[in-house]
Amino acid sequence: MSAEPFVALTAVAAPIHRPNVDTDQIAPVRFLRRPRGEGYGTVLFHDLRFHADGTERADFVLNRPAFREARILVADENFGVGSSREQAVWALVDHGIRCVISAGFGDIFFNNAINHGLLLVREPAATLAAVRQQLDAAPGTTVAIDLESQTWRLGEQPARRFEIEAARKRRLLSGLDEIDMTRQLVREIDAFEAGYRARRHWLFQVT
Amino acid sequence: MARPRTMFEKIWQDHLIREDEDGACLLFVGRHLAHDGLYHGFNFLEGRGLALARADQTFATPDHGISTLSHRLDDIVDPVQHRVVKALQDNAARHGFTLFGLEDPRQGIVHVVGPEQGLTQPGLLIVCGDSHTSTHGALGALAFGIGASEVCHVLATQTLWQRKPRTLRVTVDGARPAGVTAKDVILAIIARIGANGASGHVIEYAGSTIRDMSIEERLTVCNMSIEAGARAGMVAPDDKTYAFLKGRPFAPTGDAWALAEAHWRSLPSDGGAVFDREERLDATLFAPMVSWGTNPSEVAPITGVVPDPADAAEETARAAMQRSLDYMGLAAGMRLADVAVDQVFIGSCTNARIEDLRAAAAIARQGRAVVPVMVSPGSTLVKRQAEAEGLAQIFREAGFEWRESGCSMCCGMNGDLVAAGKRCASTSNRNFPGRQGPGSRTHLVSPAMAAATALSGRLSDPRDLMGAA
Ligand code: SF4
Repeated sequence: MSAEPFVALTAVAAPIHRPNVDTDQIAPVRFLRRPRGEGYGTVLFHDLRFHADGTERADFVLNRPAFREARILVADENFGVGSSREQAVWALVDHGIRCVISAGFGDIFFNNAINHGLLLVREPAATLAAVRQQLDAAPGTTVAIDLESQTWRLGEQPARRFEIEAARKRRLLSGLDEIDMTRQLVREIDAFEAGYRARRHWLFQVT
Repeated sequence: MARPRTMFEKIWQDHLIREDEDGACLLFVGRHLAHDGLYHGFNFLEGRGLALARADQTFATPDHGISTLSHRLDDIVDPVQHRVVKALQDNAARHGFTLFGLEDPRQGIVHVVGPEQGLTQPGLLIVCGDSHTSTHGALGALAFGIGASEVCHVLATQTLWQRKPRTLRVTVDGARPAGVTAKDVILAIIARIGANGASGHVIEYAGSTIRDMSIEERLTVCNMSIEAGARAGMVAPDDKTYAFLKGRPFAPTGDAWALAEAHWRSLPSDGGAVFDREERLDATLFAPMVSWGTNPSEVAPITGVVPDPADAAEETARAAMQRSLDYMGLAAGMRLADVAVDQVFIGSCTNARIEDLRAAAAIARQGRAVVPVMVSPGSTLVKRQAEAEGLAQIFREAGFEWRESGCSMCCGMNGDLVAAGKRCASTSNRNFPGRQGPGSRTHLVSPAMAAATALSGRLSDPRDLMGAA
């Protein structure tokens, strides 16, 4: 899938104060079957964000006036664990979130994010606890991210460097489509497959 | 001599097309399994005007959105689920992949069907757009879940880009005490490792406890690898694996069987192979487990009490525990065996194979349910076998509702829901907030504990009813 390139972003950051935010919470199961084109923005954190009658829960962070425009989440640890549903990523990006900073991510969520231009940054849990406190103390504080130099900074504080694998960085910067890239390797794939079919021929028995 | 390799490394290398300098690996997908969630993947594929690359290595069955009251398409009342299940049929017809459709006896939960049909084989790299694809590793396959964009990539190319995960060997030794099931073993493992403690790793389960398990028990263990955050779980194939596979519809036959088996026997990790991490557990200390919180590491023995957040080491953990207890409506110090439930669910890709249903029926025959109980077999073939063995009759006589196969109340996508505030003992794998319906409260249990709980209306130690029949 091609995605909107991610180069740099300065935006309000919202604190998510709980660990183990699973993808069932990010995108509840009953919304998973709507067509992608209909948008998933309202799905995001649905049962935490809205009452059963559809009205907003005033206390949920993204409903507070200072955080309504947040495009960055500062989480705790184990964000995006559980179900493989890519809809969790769709809900985040459709709501406008372009970056999540957490001490750890679910593996499948981590892979899904790259396909939609969602930057995931890993930082130690203790660092993030301090950052979340500061976001609470001064709601509406922005975080500035520069992917090229691999840095982010909170408000006017000094920039911190983060690690990102080269391939992920390239894809985020370019928004390049992975399938198009792979399809250029078709001869290599076909040659591999011929060998595979020969040595594992029982998998291809006609039954 | 060649460097000793783990089973994971052998399978990874056997499917590795290329590895780029920065560690991005292009893998060939041996088999692609799918369910009704394939809808989005095909929409992406068709939206781009691409064709399915390898129809002969793509196999699907509807499970998430289907009714458990009837397997007629038109009995799916929710128009959204109806459309998605019908789309699977239409896509199979249009693109030519194998479908075990709604009214086909081979239908079932995809992770039950793969092993049952012999599609899941040792040494294979298997992917599916579902996190519990880890289940298939019980037969010595490398199997993991992927997202919809990755599904589209596999549909279009039969390949997938991945980074090589690390390896974690979990060695469980010792005889399980009576009444300790495979579900209790994996819950104990998750409690040890933590809810995302195996993140970035593929787990190989080893040790005498695992070797002594049946294949179905190993499937239960590998199924919940993702609940420890692992990319996949696997068990080395052995004679039990080969006996399990022999004669299954998609298993090799004739001369091919001997060649396949020779390959399979080369798969187990070499002596001296090095894992990135090791964990060891002593199964003689295990007890029947139940979850008290809202992630699968929040478990305790059924003989225990609800833990006290005040005992947590740090503030975040304390707050998280308290939030779990608030959501679950439990107080620290309560005896778990005193917790009254509103309903019971026996089903899911974790615990709805024939051995699970036998274990539940052995308890169910000793009484009558005092709360609503739903039993949804893991596949239509399991359902038929359970009926032939008289298990369905036992369930009905005990007042358990006997349904068609599907994911059902595990995630509630088909409308089999736990109502807000209601408490359900469930043989499924996730107790996340809202997993079985908005506001639902889930206690993860084994099939035996689920049945015992149904008879008493409280979370119950199945050992009190074991051997009594
Ligand atoms: S039974 Fe539950 S966990 Fe298994 S595939 Fe279905 S929804 Fe997922």
